[in-house]
Amino acid sequence: MTSDIRPLSLNVPEPGCRPGDTPDFSDFEIPRAGLVPRPAVNVDPDEIRDMAFSIVRVLNKKGEAVGEWADSLTNDELRVGLRHMMTLRTFDIRMMNAQRQGKTSFYMQHLGEEAVSCAFSRAMQPGDMNFPTYRQAGLLIARDYPMLTMMNQIYSNAEDPLHGRQLPIMYSSKEHGFFSISGNLGTQFVQAVGWAMASAISGDTKIAAGWIGDGSTAESDFHAAMVFASTYKAPVVLNIVNNQWAISTFQGIARGGVGTFAARGHGFGIASIRVDGNDYLAVHAVAKWACERARLGFGPTLIEHVTYRAGGHSTSDDPSAYRSKSEAAAWPLGDPLERLKQHLITIGEWSEERHKQAEAEIHDEVVSLQKTAEAVGTLAVGKTPSPRDMFEGVYETMPPHLVKQRQEAGF
Amino acid sequence: MAQMTMIEAIREAHDVAMAADKRVVVYGEDVGYFGGVFRCTAGLQEKFGKSRCFDTPINEAGIVGTAIGMAAYGLKPVIEIQFADYVYPAYDQIVSEAARLRHRSNADFTCPIVIRMPTGGGIFGGQTHSQSPEALFTHVSGLKVVMPSNPKDAKGLLLAAIEDPDPVIFLEPKRLYNGPFDGHHDRPIVSWKKHPLGDVPDGDDLVPLGKAAVRRVGADVTVLAYGTMVYVAEAAVQETGVDAEILDLRTLMPLDLEAIVASVKKTGRCVIVHEATRTSGFGAELMSLVQEACFYHLEAPMIRVTGWDTPYPHAQEWEYFPGPGRVGEAFKKVMED
Repeated sequence: MTSDIRPLSLNVPEPGCRPGDTPDFSDFEIPRAGLVPRPAVNVDPDEIRDMAFSIVRVLNKKGEAVGEWADSLTNDELRVGLRHMMTLRTFDIRMMNAQRQGKTSFYMQHLGEEAVSCAFSRAMQPGDMNFPTYRQAGLLIARDYPMLTMMNQIYSNAEDPLHGRQLPIMYSSKEHGFFSISGNLGTQFVQAVGWAMASAISGDTKIAAGWIGDGSTAESDFHAAMVFASTYKAPVVLNIVNNQWAISTFQGIARGGVGTFAARGHGFGIASIRVDGNDYLAVHAVAKWACERARLGFGPTLIEHVTYRAGGHSTSDDPSAYRSKSEAAAWPLGDPLERLKQHLITIGEWSEERHKQAEAEIHDEVVSLQKTAEAVGTLAVGKTPSPRDMFEGVYETMPPHLVKQRQEAGF
Repeated sequence: MAQMTMIEAIREAHDVAMAADKRVVVYGEDVGYFGGVFRCTAGLQEKFGKSRCFDTPINEAGIVGTAIGMAAYGLKPVIEIQFADYVYPAYDQIVSEAARLRHRSNADFTCPIVIRMPTGGGIFGGQTHSQSPEALFTHVSGLKVVMPSNPKDAKGLLLAAIEDPDPVIFLEPKRLYNGPFDGHHDRPIVSWKKHPLGDVPDGDDLVPLGKAAVRRVGADVTVLAYGTMVYVAEAAVQETGVDAEILDLRTLMPLDLEAIVASVKKTGRCVIVHEATRTSGFGAELMSLVQEACFYHLEAPMIRVTGWDTPYPHAQEWEYFPGPGRVGEAFKKVMED
């Protein structure tokens, strides 16, 4: 017996592919579109345990919408969705460049993940509340939050709705169902559950949606959110956006030995579903199912959006330092914008010409708004928020010690 | 008016607030059916229903995190952390979220929550049931920090905290729950039942946040104290005969600096007493503020009497606890200088 004992060694998982390697996603199981059935919204979570290991997909390789999850949107709505994703991508490109030009300190783009927030947003109703991370600006774009206001915040200029106090992309808009982004990771997940509990306590019909990244599911707040959501059967949709990378750390470090992030829901008795996050139709259909389930009082749903962060984590990192440059192109679920475009063309509801025209319109709109924002100011030049403003709003009424400090600072 | 313990006064404040405002919800570990391990929420679930007073999983980050979400919705959660020593798992939610929400969102979202927690030692609670973490909260911009020292204030301050539009850390000195403990652990327990401050007004009378109370008028030295230390200072006055003016600070943030400065300018001497560890304790802040405002009025160096910079011990509780003997020594020293 003793002879079998060897010194122990630590298991540190490694991604399949690092810089210089050839990307290989052959181990990544992708069920064909249309395969996963759509259960009733009041289904017992135990009956759909397999959905945490499969992937709900609607768009097939030919660009057709197939299976029980298809048809949650009209063709007009699909064109609106495409426009939202195109707008977000254009917005990102312009703001990434603005950061490189020194007009803001920091930016985070959504490249490759546009479908997740843009489609989800359309499944919620006015009055519902999202508790987002920093990579869900599609929730705002798809609810027609003014892009000019977003830019003013990114530039921290005199029109910044948050008066220069918060980082560029940490938006807040109660009116648009978008809770103030903290910048700390995971904290919002349990707050979403609290908001949903409050709706239930108040006998309301509103629901909440929490958002978290694959990496941040390792935070204790994730566990707190799951146990509270489970115990109180809170009307909340809990979204994990698995974009494969947490800065330079691959998703296997947070996931550990379990098969999928969605499977974490099983221990809590929470309905858990994986969805193709690059399939606008699938994200919308699953979001609609989960929102309805919550609103009807059947409890929380955990959704793992399987997607890929095609860009860097933020303007502060270079992905080629930790993953293969060709990995994004090799990602087997493709590009969400391209896939929706192809679907609309396949069904005769869109064309390359119309797409080019829409691209030009969106480009002009974003550039025009950018000029307006820059005319007010950027972090580098022009009108900035008053230094007096940093002393405001710490409390509703400024206490004497802050009044004194503001005077001392000369504002 | 009714004669109450501090526990009964705190329970009564919850009762009044819940009856007046449907948005007030109360929860925490063992808070619902059982009414709290110290009984501060006894009977509330039965009276107001399970959706307004309920038990939670043992997860402080979850308790505070959900309260922040509820406040964003429009409720006014009053939550209990079973012991202040257990608050650390929730520290991120308090510091990074509750405290900053108003500022970072430009009041798009606010956080009117009250986080209650039994605080301080004197009950042989060892290192995990005895701590006084007030300085960990006064250091955080956006929080208010309150510590009552008697039933009357406990009710009035808790009602004010619940009404406040910002997050309030409400520290309850657990050794005072049943009586005005003066540090003489070897003497019979004194009850609130005959104490003037155990006489608690009916209804919804507030004690405003940010106002200190003069517990004893004196001419020789100003004592800055809060919570249990108010009674320790009173005992030290009786035993030394030093004519001390005792200020019960009641609210540490925002602080009643005006009352402090007026008293120190009058007496010219200052002793600061708290149960928490000394280094970077709230006494250091008080000493800085008094020095800045009263330097030319001081006739002797200020003295701090505090818990030692060790974990709160079990068997050595009374050697750790800054009792009337140590406070009395400080009185004598500050009068000699």
